[in-house]
Amino acid sequence: MPQEEPINVRYVAGLARLTLTAEEEAAYTSQLDRILHYVAQLDEVDVSSVPEHTLEEGNCDFTRPDVARASQPMESALQNAPRRSGDQFQVPKVVE
Amino acid sequence: MLHTQPISTLRRLLVSREISPADLLRSVESSIAATDPAIGAYLHRDFPAALAEAEKADLTQPLGGIPIGIKDIINVKDQPLTCGSKILAGKFTSPYDATVITRLRAAGAIPFGKLNMDEFAMGSSTENSALQITRNPVDPSRVPGGSSGGSAAAVAAGTAVATLGTDTGGSIRQPASFCGIVGLKPSYGRVSRFGCTAYASSLEQIGPMTRNVTDAALILQAIAGPDPADSTCRREPLPDFSKALSGGIKGLRLGLPEEYFGAGIDPEVRAAVEKAVRKLEQEGAEIHPVTLPHTSSAVATYYIIATAEASANLARFDGIRYGHRCENPENLLDLYNRSRAEGFGPEVKRRIILGTYVLSSGYYDAYYRKAWKVRYLIRQDFTRAFEKVDLILGPTCPTPAFKFGAHTSDPLQMYLADIYTIAANLAGLCGISLPCGRTAATPDTPALPIGLQLLAPPLAEPTLLRAAWGVEQILGEVDLV
Repeated sequence: MPQEEPINVRYVAGLARLTLTAEEEAAYTSQLDRILHYVAQLDEVDVSSVPEHTLEEGNCDFTRPDVARASQPMESALQNAPRRSGDQFQVPKVVE
Repeated sequence: MLHTQPISTLRRLLVSREISPADLLRSVESSIAATDPAIGAYLHRDFPAALAEAEKADLTQPLGGIPIGIKDIINVKDQPLTCGSKILAGKFTSPYDATVITRLRAAGAIPFGKLNMDEFAMGSSTENSALQITRNPVDPSRVPGGSSGGSAAAVAAGTAVATLGTDTGGSIRQPASFCGIVGLKPSYGRVSRFGCTAYASSLEQIGPMTRNVTDAALILQAIAGPDPADSTCRREPLPDFSKALSGGIKGLRLGLPEEYFGAGIDPEVRAAVEKAVRKLEQEGAEIHPVTLPHTSSAVATYYIIATAEASANLARFDGIRYGHRCENPENLLDLYNRSRAEGFGPEVKRRIILGTYVLSSGYYDAYYRKAWKVRYLIRQDFTRAFEKVDLILGPTCPTPAFKFGAHTSDPLQMYLADIYTIAANLAGLCGISLPCGRTAATPDTPALPIGLQLLAPPLAEPTLLRAAWGVEQILGEVDLV
């Protein structure tokens, strides 16, 4: 596994939409390096016998009948909104 | 002491009208008032609402009038949901019932309270709850296990008749072992996950935590079965699990994996399980050695797959539709970044970052795809073993319950506490932990429970329950604190 350079925690946290403090960044860098070093043991496992397509679990391949049903009422969908405006979720401006 | 009785006894008293559902609820309520302040299992309970439900309880149903505590990762309509996290605490009321709750209600049960857990089910000690500490009722200086630590502690302390937990890598079986109760992880797809907050969708299952195997079978019967709202839910018709509770262990072939008795196991745990094995053999079980060669890869495989799935599942907590939102965001990206940073605790952030990393460009094949291939080999180990034996038997955990803080500075050591339970989730098996003895008491430490784990192939719950019931007849039922 690619272990030649330490994990860039700040960059990955950005991808995950998480702001980290400097202390968190330092702690996660050393902890995750250790965890990645541990999981690198999978390099030793011979997987040459495993078929290429193992991701399908084989039990999600059905659809339910196409019958119209009532969905969640709007008020209950909005009841936990951190901020709302009438019948809508309120968010910061997204167009400059 | 109604609340310490098994469900079968309570049902008899309820049906014969010797007690009412309200009597039973009041007994649970007074037990919680007396005991829970020192244990900290409950995050929420609403007895007035539960008493109103108790008035209408249909006693003709199999769980009629039985109050059941719920791990606080499962949605119960109009009750708060926290998942043990600050991102939801005080900010979320469930708008609907999870399928398991709909089914418990249909069976007459009363879901009256919510139980503490590691934040988003990530942990093995309940120390990762952002909300409160839960103590092991056997020894309050020790953890109850996790992530379903509240669910286990409540049953062990006698503050719940039975509870629901969830098991992603051992989170029902490990706390059951630490607290000395019965915990059943159903096969993947046996129980609907609709309405259960998702952590690692290809691994987790909801299951019962109870005083005895009969109670576990009763609750499983109520909650299991096909559900159009969960496409991963198996469509096979549901067997009658109560019919499995007979026959005993005579003639059953039990496999002992050499890998589950090797380095790292506590000598007292090993001795207790080996003693149980000898008793089972005397009672007519056939004992066979088996090998699960990829056992040592299971924890690494799990922490790639589970964190990858977590990083995607927890993307929904974005501060827009529910949950914590930061103050005065500069723009949408700032809102996402700070709401999540303020809401999630350290272990959740650690796993989200790890999961994002193993799925990121350039690393996906090396980590995630590789882990899926090793998962295939782990499944194959079990498939081969189950050609020779009906069940696999071993310890649930390498050690008894540990002290608070024992592993908090080293996440990897905490992960290794799940070494015997995690493979069952990777392989989709069903499994159960039941008490098989205790450590020797010392002047500083009471005798700590030791759990025995049985594993059976996917959808072989009847075999699992038959064996577990047989083992319980031989080893004895839960010895409450």
